[in-house]
Amino acid sequence: MVVPALIFILIFSYLPMYGVLMAFQDYQLFGGFFSSPWVGLKHFEAFFNSPDFWTVMRNTIVISLLKLLFGFPAPILLALMLNEVRQMMFKRIIQTVSYLPHFLSWVIVGGFVGSMLSTDNGSVNMLLMSLNLTTEPISFLSVPEYFWGILVATGVWKEIGFAAIVYLAAIAGIDPHLYEAASIDGASRFKQIQLITLPCIRPVIIIFMILAVGNILNAGFEDILILATNPILRDVSDVIDTYVYRMGILNSRFSYAAAAGLFKAVISVSLLAIANKAARKMGSSLW
Amino acid sequence: MMKLTRGDKMLQVLIYILLLLLGFVTLYPFWNSLVISFNTGADTAFGGITFWPRSPTLDNYEVVFHDSRIGQAFLVSVLRTVVGTVLSVLFTAILAYGLSRQELMGRKYYMVFCVITMYFSGGLIPTFLLLREFGMMDTFWVLVIPGLISVYNMIIFRTFFLGLPAGLAESARIDGCNHIGVLLRIVLPISGPVVATLALFTAVWHWNDWFSASIYINDPKLIPIQTLLKQILNSNIVTDQLQSIGMNAAAQDRQAMMKSVTTKSLIMATTMVATLPIIMVYPFLQKYFVKGVLIGSLKE
Repeated sequence: MVVPALIFILIFSYLPMYGVLMAFQDYQLFGGFFSSPWVGLKHFEAFFNSPDFWTVMRNTIVISLLKLLFGFPAPILLALMLNEVRQMMFKRIIQTVSYLPHFLSWVIVGGFVGSMLSTDNGSVNMLLMSLNLTTEPISFLSVPEYFWGILVATGVWKEIGFAAIVYLAAIAGIDPHLYEAASIDGASRFKQIQLITLPCIRPVIIIFMILAVGNILNAGFEDILILATNPILRDVSDVIDTYVYRMGILNSRFSYAAAAGLFKAVISVSLLAIANKAARKMGSSLW
Repeated sequence: MMKLTRGDKMLQVLIYILLLLLGFVTLYPFWNSLVISFNTGADTAFGGITFWPRSPTLDNYEVVFHDSRIGQAFLVSVLRTVVGTVLSVLFTAILAYGLSRQELMGRKYYMVFCVITMYFSGGLIPTFLLLREFGMMDTFWVLVIPGLISVYNMIIFRTFFLGLPAGLAESARIDGCNHIGVLLRIVLPISGPVVATLALFTAVWHWNDWFSASIYINDPKLIPIQTLLKQILNSNIVTDQLQSIGMNAAAQDRQAMMKSVTTKSLIMATTMVATLPIIMVYPFLQKYFVKGVLIGSLKE
């Protein structure tokens, strides 16, 4: 009874892997994978030599590093704060609210961001103007300098609550005696967080850190497609994935786009392998 | 209860303030959009709408519910979510159950075969071309079939099935039940929480996915609500930008025809229609998915 499902995976997951070969071909629409001429590394060379290459690489790396820098500690911080809350009702409400954005689609989140930042009476501009911080509404989503900040902040807003679940569970698993002993010894709550909670959830933090490092080239896709609709932003918003989408799906340069995608996949998998090796040294491994 | 020092109390106050701020920042965009969707568009254009509608109206929703495109898109989304979730959970469970059985020869290799696809994939372009060569473009099934089996969910299911007592399936087998029967009548019913979690995640994915329809579907009858909303939003952002530059395009004239309803108020109403179904279910399933996330992230 597992055979049909396995055949299904073969078709929908493995056949596209074979299709990756088209990166080494001049893919012809009507010939398909099997009768297109082989051209070796032509498309890779074209990608590496194109002026887009460095922009796309820089954006991919900078955006994912920024997301890591802000997006990674945020849920840990939230979990630590929630853990200090004594009123169970308050804690539960904040938790339920914080999960909410995770269940919204990027289209909706993009709609909210657009509405909040709109020059046409968007709440952020109204606030800035009433505080006299600016005299004219700022068109946030058309200014390249603001884009990374907006992207990272939106990402944190969307996932902070959901990502905190795992850390909260890890914190809940800590032996309460440790805290009792510490408080008898006169440790403040802040000291207790520092000396008990954080060290105790360290293994979980490390595992998620490794996963995040392995994903470093996944700077984002849906969020960027949604938030960076203005072509002015392309210099700061184009990452490998959106570039592949634009070249391949919108411009029909299939082989070229597949080459760029394959380049990314190879680096991603190597990074994952390196991250895992590092993890094994620290005592926890993914496989 | 442990005693709190003064420093601890200050920390507590700080934490409460930060958490309240977080709660506000999370809810405000949603609440503000809801308010705008219940305010006349013409009035919203004057600005200042934050917490309460100033001139309450149901006009926006009336327009949305009478727009056949939106109704059709809503229907496509509902159908896709129901069909996609039921089929996906069922087929994923079948595979997981099979791979959890001791008597299956070479199940380790099958596992590896499945897990590899989590790390390697053909990527966007080859997948797109493959589905196109299969002639699946512009069909309802292109929204359901490619995601039918989720290896990630399969692993969660399998982990859970492996924890069930082996005697349970054995006794049913002896009573003459076949494997599918065991799965449907015994294993799945006692796996309630896992099924609920994975069904919720799958349903949320189907409901929220706009991207696959945006590349695989051109037929307006098959566009799901999120994809339609994306199209509407994009056209709005364009008019917003035109306005800020000072060019009043033809879109402005069209808006003038509907006196109180503007693009913005309409978008907010559509957004609410596309969001509410999910907002209404997730708090009830919260206790399940918290558990589900933990099985998925820690056991593997």
